Amino acid sequence: MFVQFFLRRLMYVIPMLIITTLIVFSLILLIPGDPAVALLGENATEEKIAALRSQLGLDQSILAQYWNWLGNAVQGDLGRSLFTGENVSQTVISRLGVTFQVVLLAMFFSFIFGSVFALTSVLKPNSFLDYIARFFGVLGTAIPNFWLAMILVVIFSVQLGWLPATGFISVTQSPVDFFKSSLLPSFCLGAFGAAQITRQLRSSLIEVMESEYIRTAFSKGLLKWSVMWKHGIRNALLPVITTIGLLFGNMLGATVVMETVFALPGMGQLAVHSILQRDFPMLQGVVLIMVLMIIVINFITDIIYGLLDPRIEFK
Amino acid sequence: MKQELIKVENLQASFSSQQGTIHAINNVNFSINEGEIVALVGESGSGKSVTALSIMGLNAGNIKYSQNSTIYYRGENLLASKPKTMKKIRGNELSMIFQDPLSSLNPLQKIGRQIAEPLMLHLGYSYQKCIERIIELLTMVGIPSPEQRINHYPHQLSGGMRQRVMIAMALACDPKLLIADEPTTALDVTIQAQILSVLKKLQKEMNISIILITHDLGVVAELADRVLVMYSGKIVEEADVYSLFESPKHPYTKGLLQSVPNLRGDKENHLYTIPGTVPNPLNLPKGCSFYNRCMHASPKCHDKSPTWKYDNKSLTRGYSCWHPLTDREEVKHYV
Repeated sequence: MFVQFFLRRLMYVIPMLIITTLIVFSLILLIPGDPAVALLGENATEEKIAALRSQLGLDQSILAQYWNWLGNAVQGDLGRSLFTGENVSQTVISRLGVTFQVVLLAMFFSFIFGSVFALTSVLKPNSFLDYIARFFGVLGTAIPNFWLAMILVVIFSVQLGWLPATGFISVTQSPVDFFKSSLLPSFCLGAFGAAQITRQLRSSLIEVMESEYIRTAFSKGLLKWSVMWKHGIRNALLPVITTIGLLFGNMLGATVVMETVFALPGMGQLAVHSILQRDFPMLQGVVLIMVLMIIVINFITDIIYGLLDPRIEFK
Repeated sequence: MKQELIKVENLQASFSSQQGTIHAINNVNFSINEGEIVALVGESGSGKSVTALSIMGLNAGNIKYSQNSTIYYRGENLLASKPKTMKKIRGNELSMIFQDPLSSLNPLQKIGRQIAEPLMLHLGYSYQKCIERIIELLTMVGIPSPEQRINHYPHQLSGGMRQRVMIAMALACDPKLLIADEPTTALDVTIQAQILSVLKKLQKEMNISIILITHDLGVVAELADRVLVMYSGKIVEEADVYSLFESPKHPYTKGLLQSVPNLRGDKENHLYTIPGTVPNPLNLPKGCSFYNRCMHASPKCHDKSPTWKYDNKSLTRGYSCWHPLTDREEVKHYV
């Protein structure tokens, strides 16, 4: 049953990938500027430019170009950077590692802060703590992350000197330094997520705690904490799973800004550079991997749903 | 004489809301004997459920009981007892089943686990040790192949099976009192009869008392020994089930009996309904609360709330009305 579910989901993935990459491919051509000109400089002769264009395949029709790219991509070859000549797949994968670590830490922050705020909120509704939690819920949603990033850099890096303002150290090299270098970016990235999870979990917990099976649990003699722990939280988490899935996509997008602010060598930064340099193969590679990531996250979300809720069957 | 299990005296309860104070229960007195099935009858909003939840201590946090309200269970005033004491009694000696078995069961937990919970909580059993007892309980309430069923989730069972699971869960710790809050309302008719017979059988076998909350007089006739009729937060009539159906004293009781559809009436006549609606609990009248709907009402009813009168010497039949119906006054019999 599960294998069937998996295969069927895979069938959706293929057209989704083709359509998204085709759209991105067409959009790239809308960007003014010619990579050949960018490579050779303004003073290059017409013949030289034409020669390079045909060498890069830019003189072919969009569909032909796309077809070539797709043909290579299926074989695992995403081409080479127009500028540095780096292998696109290798570069993207190594950049993905950076982004992935930062996003995962941000997700961790979101979930921890979100759950703590939501739980304090629900245990004593309309208390002082509840108001504080709700205030952070609004604040986290409303604050632009790049602004929060700049403020935190001013405080923690410039004034106090506790944390580095830029740069990244992988967790495989040194977990402590990784934590230091990605604390600020992850926190800024996670602030929005924490706010969303607080709001979602708070309202779903309140709803669940008013439901009839919670009354049943109380009628068995359980006290409030055990009722909440044994019957409330798992039920309340169901809608939050969706929120978390969406947050992942949201965070991947937000890394474009965060990695620029903190100069992290991740996917977002790579995307920005590729756009500025008209490095089409690289950009196409970045988009392909981002789309793949989001598809995988949606898939994982569905599986977690199925594991948590026995009413859902893998069909 | 039978032993008294629960004695409710001067129960008065109100909720504060934004519109003002909602007077949900206005001086309710009754007692339940061991091994007795007592029906609490009345329309929606008459205070049946609030009364039951008061016994269980499960009313919403904003409820306020009056100073002299007491609910005695074996010498202990439940309204004044500590949360710790209440925790030991609730789900152990007093237990409850609810109207809608689907929404009353946790959808994410296997039913075996849910039935095990009171056993683990009150008797300190491990889940493994519970299994035998759970299978015994499921057999008792008539669930076939219980060994497999304990690993099923609520959504995999039918409505009747779910209510049986609820009953098994409530009976897990051998309670003294079972409160059944409209146990058959959400079920279809054939299943209703099955659930009622399960309750009746268990009551006989285990000698538990049952408070049956319902607005279905058919269920009352089927199951109850004694009936308490509630209206607007008060008990307006108390009688054994035969006297009540035979010769109701309170006009409201008579109205309820007449509102039951039957096959004997001719089709041209519309179904009888009691005119008007229940008074607003935010603003109760100073006289009889049934005044505006009563055919027998007099100015006295408007001015003065009727007092409780007993109709017999053994104090088992009583009513609260200035103008009680006389015996054999014409009532369309239901049973």
